[in-house]
Amino acid sequence: MPDTDHRLYLVAGAALFAIGFYSLVVQTHLLRRIMALNVMGSGVFLVFLTLADRTTGSVADPVPHAMVLTGIVVAVCATGLALALADRVQAATNKVDVDDGPDGSQDATDAKEARRG
Amino acid sequence: MDREIAMMSHVFDWILVLLVLALAWRSLNDCDLFRGVIQFIALGLLLAVAWLRLRAPDVALAEAAVGSGLTGALILSALVRMRQRERRGVPASASSDTSRTLQSGTSNRSRVLIGALSLALLTALGWAVFRFSAQSSGLAVESLAKLPESGVTNPVTAVLLNFRAYDTLLEIGVLLLAIVGVWALRRGERPGDDLRERPLLMSLLRLLLPVLVLAAGYLLWIGASAPGGAFQGGALLAGALVLGLLAGLAGRFLRRERLLRTGLTLGVLVFAAAGLLALWRTGGLLQYPAGQGGAWILVIEAAALISIGLTLGLLYLGGRPEEEK
Repeated sequence: MPDTDHRLYLVAGAALFAIGFYSLVVQTHLLRRIMALNVMGSGVFLVFLTLADRTTGSVADPVPHAMVLTGIVVAVCATGLALALADRVQAATNKVDVDDGPDGSQDATDAKEARRG
Repeated sequence: MDREIAMMSHVFDWILVLLVLALAWRSLNDCDLFRGVIQFIALGLLLAVAWLRLRAPDVALAEAAVGSGLTGALILSALVRMRQRERRGVPASASSDTSRTLQSGTSNRSRVLIGALSLALLTALGWAVFRFSAQSSGLAVESLAKLPESGVTNPVTAVLLNFRAYDTLLEIGVLLLAIVGVWALRRGERPGDDLRERPLLMSLLRLLLPVLVLAAGYLLWIGASAPGGAFQGGALLAGALVLGLLAGLAGRFLRRERLLRTGLTLGVLVFAAAGLLALWRTGGLLQYPAGQGGAWILVIEAAALISIGLTLGLLYLGGRPEEEK
């Protein structure tokens, strides 16, 4: 569609990436961090597909489409693996928050406790 | 009239983008994690609309099935599992309240700092993408010029399984690695079979599951000439498998682990074998003999469809299926 506002979508892609980055660092819950990574990925996809649509030809560029398609499927696989890892973290430490306090000591003691128990 | 349509689509773009950004923010920062996951699923659906708006129907199909549907189901089931374990008597000292993790941990000062950093990141990235040249033709011209040689008429399928088939081969390998990793990490619980007590849902599933499998096959076939293909079909197959797992219909199937392993590796094996065969026949890895591209692509895609569907569906179990006692 020649009338699509491509710059709007490009900046929105950058914004999605930034929102994901902020949440990835600020949020301590593992599920939120996994979702944040997915949002960052979506931002990249948005930029990529906008560039594919903006080409000078009459049809969109199929190469980024194929790459994003691959990327979506890989992202869900990575999410599945990350969720299994998060489950193991909870099983080992009894927590799903990776908040390590001001000096990182809490995690260390928790891990010690988990090993003892 | 044309101007009116342009105006309307402009407004549509703005509403869509604002909704996407708002949902992304809310889904990651809502104090209720469950609500956050639901908003995350809605975000995936809106992104599928955005992909359509950007003339990428192939991607929109995959996003609607995988990005929002399957990822959402995976995260929801992980959330339920975590809450169940918490309820099952974890010492009160553990500070992990999954239901309400309201702004725990990160102090206000570091929040401001990270916020400023993210804004700087947004500015830098926004400036970079804003300045991209609008005059590029990308690879559209080259790939469309070679399209008749590829054996299919859908350019995205041509790129995926002919021009850049090497990428796709390795990607199917990544899928296999992911499921191997998940199986190595933990055993999947048998999904609850409380659905059996709901006859209406069961009869709906009995109608729906064959249609889903049929639709997956249809997407595979139509992918040669229209939006569709092994990934979209595989995503539908995975959806059917998840529904079957939820309804307790797939129990017997899950116990046949050798069959599952064969299905999971089929995609990589057939793809690699086709690559080697092509190497022997034409001298180029995955360079199909002239005029036979369509048939080669269909065979590879059929094997990939089964592997993709099984992999994505079994990810929902969250681990290796329970052995028979």
